[in-house]
Amino acid sequence: MNKMEKALHELTEMDDLAARSSPVHALHPTAKLLSTIAYIIVTVSFDKYDLGGLFPMLLWPVLLFEISGIPLRTCFYKLRIVLPLVMAVGLFNPLYDRAPMLLLGGTAVSGGVVSMLTLMLKGVFCLMASFLLMATTPIDSLCAALRRLHVPGMLVTLLLLTYRYVGVMTEELAIMTDAYHLRAPGQKGIHVSAWGSFLGQLLLRSMDRAQELYGSMQLRGYHEHFHYAPIRAFRLPDGLYTLACGAAFLLLRFVNLGRLLGGLVVR
Amino acid sequence: MIEFQHVRFAYEKGREVIRDLSFRIARGEAVGLIGANGAGKSTVMKLALGLLSGEGRILIDGEELNRQTLASARRKLGFVLQNSDNQMFMPTVYEDMIFGPLNYMVSREEADRRVDEVLARLDLQALKHRHNHRISGGEKRMAAIATILAMEPEAILMDEPSSALDPCNRRLVINTIRGLEQTKLISSHDLDMILDTCSRVILLSEGRIAADGPAEEILRDRALLERNHLELPLRLAGG
Repeated sequence: MNKMEKALHELTEMDDLAARSSPVHALHPTAKLLSTIAYIIVTVSFDKYDLGGLFPMLLWPVLLFEISGIPLRTCFYKLRIVLPLVMAVGLFNPLYDRAPMLLLGGTAVSGGVVSMLTLMLKGVFCLMASFLLMATTPIDSLCAALRRLHVPGMLVTLLLLTYRYVGVMTEELAIMTDAYHLRAPGQKGIHVSAWGSFLGQLLLRSMDRAQELYGSMQLRGYHEHFHYAPIRAFRLPDGLYTLACGAAFLLLRFVNLGRLLGGLVVR
Repeated sequence: MIEFQHVRFAYEKGREVIRDLSFRIARGEAVGLIGANGAGKSTVMKLALGLLSGEGRILIDGEELNRQTLASARRKLGFVLQNSDNQMFMPTVYEDMIFGPLNYMVSREEADRRVDEVLARLDLQALKHRHNHRISGGEKRMAAIATILAMEPEAILMDEPSSALDPCNRRLVINTIRGLEQTKLISSHDLDMILDTCSRVILLSEGRIAADGPAEEILRDRALLERNHLELPLRLAGG
């Protein structure tokens, strides 16, 4: 299995994760979507120096990962390519903001370091929440939920088809890299000299396949309107879950849980 | 059911690939479309489906194919693509099968009933919730046929339905095609398969009809086939 085929396999694994059953999986997609959006908004809203206040936000995804039966390591493994990019955000903060902010075991920690860590954690937490949503909700149900929230149909269809099309493009890429390596044994990756033609070919082949796929859709009556998987009615427990999540996030946002608990211990 | 009247088509100006083509396929007929590479077989299919438009008239069930009638014509026709990967774009076989019926405003209950019925008829129940990425080429081809049957079309067009299949799966596909009561137009280089599934053959050569008649008659004509870069079916060649 080459790298591309592995990537394709990982993509279908996401569908498998979403097809599992657990109390989190059983929640209404709209409830999960709304709580995830709320979580992301609240997480992002923390002040760049509020590292202590941000930390307790980790509780929510960790708790849901535990209940859903999806191992945290699966999340970090699948996000291994994106995580370094997120971690890179704020990497230069320590250079610009050197004023000491707190003392840690006698060592002064600058505001830049604190803000860098805060930004990194915000990114990681948001990614964890997004991953959790994707891993516990089939893409079709998610799209159906988006439509129920009156997100324009064109955008939702675009999202769904992009998700589907990633698989098609990865397949093409897998075929091309196999063909390349069979005629370039011992070579690691694709040589720079072949990048241009490789990308060009990939584009042309992808366009051909996209054309065929679209033709196939048209021949089966597709006309800019997708029929999403039916989702069950939004019930009271879904509403309660959404409200409880919202309330918990607001509580964590405005009450510094770390300081509160710390205060109790010190007293 | 499908009628071409003096149809012409060119991908590039001045280079016609379909030249004054006329034929008529009656309801319930099974017709094989054969010819060398570049003879125009796939183009004929695409013209019949309204994916391409040329000069002349194409009639589907007596109605001229044009922008106004395209949707109703497509509802009557099912097309099985040569590459099943390009046909099966939903995550699972079930989702792919209900895609067409739902687009044609069939209720979900009715679509589900059709899916179950078709899967049972083709003995494919085990594939229902399988991921399209994880089924074999033979299973994928059968599933592709199933997606079309779930639409309950009046005519089925197939492009190389037996290509890239092992003998066992090829036989399975042939038996399935033989069991379909719809009008069939099958484009293929597999002349043995055409002999097994079609009663009539249209032989295309450079966008024109080189022969049109009973399959047994045309597929036995070694000289005609060889003139058109084809060979006798293995079964008739006595090899």
